[in-house]
Amino acid sequence: MTATHESDDVVVRIDGLHKSFGHLEVVRGVDLEVHRGEVVVIFGRSGSGKSTVLRCVNFIEDPTQGSIEVSGIRLEGGHRTRRKRDQVRQLRLHVGMVFQQFNLFPNMTVLDNVTCAARCAKRGTDAEITQRAKDLLERVGLADKSGEHPLRLSGGQQQRVAIARALCMEPDVMLFDEPTSALDPELTGEVLSVMKTLSTELHMTMLVVTHEMGFAREVADRMAFFHEGRILEQGPPAQLIGSPEHPETRAFLDAVL
Amino acid sequence: MRDAWERVQLASARVPFRIKTGAVWLLLFGVLAFLGNAAGFDVQWIRDNFRYILGGLRYTMVIAVAGIVLAIVMALLGALARISRNPVAYGVAGFYVSFFRGTPLIVQMFLLYLALPPVGRNLAAEYTWLPEGFDQALVLDAATAGIIALGLNYGAYMTEIFRAGIQSVAGGQGEAADALGMTYGQKMRKVVLPQAFRVIIPPTGNEFIAMMKDTALVSFLGVTAASAEVFRRSQLVGKADFKNLEAYVAAALVYWGLTVLFTFFQARLERRIGRGYDRAHVARAMQAQEPH
Ligand SMILES: Nc1ncnc2c1ncn2[C@@H]1O[C@H](COP(=O)(O)OP(=O)(O)OP(=O)(O)O)[C@@H](O)[C@H]1O
Ligand SMILES: [Mg+2]
Repeated sequence: MTATHESDDVVVRIDGLHKSFGHLEVVRGVDLEVHRGEVVVIFGRSGSGKSTVLRCVNFIEDPTQGSIEVSGIRLEGGHRTRRKRDQVRQLRLHVGMVFQQFNLFPNMTVLDNVTCAARCAKRGTDAEITQRAKDLLERVGLADKSGEHPLRLSGGQQQRVAIARALCMEPDVMLFDEPTSALDPELTGEVLSVMKTLSTELHMTMLVVTHEMGFAREVADRMAFFHEGRILEQGPPAQLIGSPEHPETRAFLDAVL
Repeated sequence: MRDAWERVQLASARVPFRIKTGAVWLLLFGVLAFLGNAAGFDVQWIRDNFRYILGGLRYTMVIAVAGIVLAIVMALLGALARISRNPVAYGVAGFYVSFFRGTPLIVQMFLLYLALPPVGRNLAAEYTWLPEGFDQALVLDAATAGIIALGLNYGAYMTEIFRAGIQSVAGGQGEAADALGMTYGQKMRKVVLPQAFRVIIPPTGNEFIAMMKDTALVSFLGVTAASAEVFRRSQLVGKADFKNLEAYVAAALVYWGLTVLFTFFQARLERRIGRGYDRAHVARAMQAQEPH
């Protein structure tokens, strides 16, 4: 395993990332570091490659070129071997992911959704995992729904279960891919406030694709604007939202604000 | 005249549709009974021999259940291979499906029952390093050959059902399992297959019903009279007493009754499974599947 143990506090290091689908190059050289406890918000036009970058971080998409390092596990994209598959799985155990469409497992109860993967990966004894899952459901405000069928819940509730499910793996970083854009407007608040407490109370490292500028301004330490597969500019929210350097960033912000 | 016909129609409109179809069925049975009577149909003979023929149901069911179990295993393996990126698995599964869908079931039965034993004998003669008793290794009894042929044949068709069922599970499900660090086996066992089975079980029920009827083909392999299934038994007694009409009608009634019974259970099962969550996307995936 190509593990490097550096003393810095970088949790995610994206290095020279390229990703093509056939002839279409979607990500064209992205470098990004996320430090422990940092919240980085990624935003940009539809099709600019935000989701693809996020999906490359946990190898849901295999990078065409470049490397990803998470918690000291560094992996190159661009080949498939049995050894790499095992390494990818190890890396994924450090990364939690929350999807736009929630993707809860409809064949399990809420509690089983949260505990299932932790059991598979033996993240503690059954009793520990169950206790942790109940604590997490409590934290996201769904303690009374643990026996419920996921599809009976509202979108906002489902997304909060999905957050608890990812947290139950005790990840070092959480990836959020537009976690509120499939929700009715009145339900986005409950999800965003849960995400905010992850940062303020758990000091969770987070990489968030979102167009919720209010959330970004309040919670993000840094924002990165994606344009045509590259990071066009990045900086603290006040700077990026207040006085963007590039006209593309300005135009995009004018459109969403 | 016109008025009379209209009065009949109006009167008819008051009778529920189900009652009318029931009457049609009764009428058809009546016509058949009349024709049978006229043709010298020997009801007493059926009464005397029905127990014996019905006794074959044991073997019919054993063959069908064993056959469908093998078919399910083959279909699962075939489907997983057909959606894998492993060229060996994909190629072997493609070969399997093509052969068993491309040749008649009865030919496959004879291949297993009569064509394999000489292969074993000749190989054993050619290669002396083969283990002792290899010359007999490929000799199957008729029921076993029938079960294997049915299982492999239906498994080839059901591979498509299973593949469509697995692929009907939304892609986000597999991705979520991957993102949670599950292995391929865990993802399939805990997430994908339980959802796929909701789609797979109803058509598998249909395949089972079809297979119960196809067990009759095993009789061509010449099962011993003691362990004969329904069709073989009716053949044996029908031929002995020159009562072919009665014997085959009896056999047909047994299969028909069996099919009606299992179709009823299958429909109930389907309704129960259908409850719970939306299967609209699934129905679309199943339509893409080719018929036999
Ligand atoms: N699996 C795939 N196969 C082919 N093309 C893809 C695939 N996934 C994404 N793309 C293409 O890559 C481009 C970038 O997609 P991506 O989903 O990363 O954009 P995005 O910035 O997340 O956009 P959105 O805001 O719409 O989610 C798009 O043009 C998309 O059509
Ligand atoms: Mg996206």
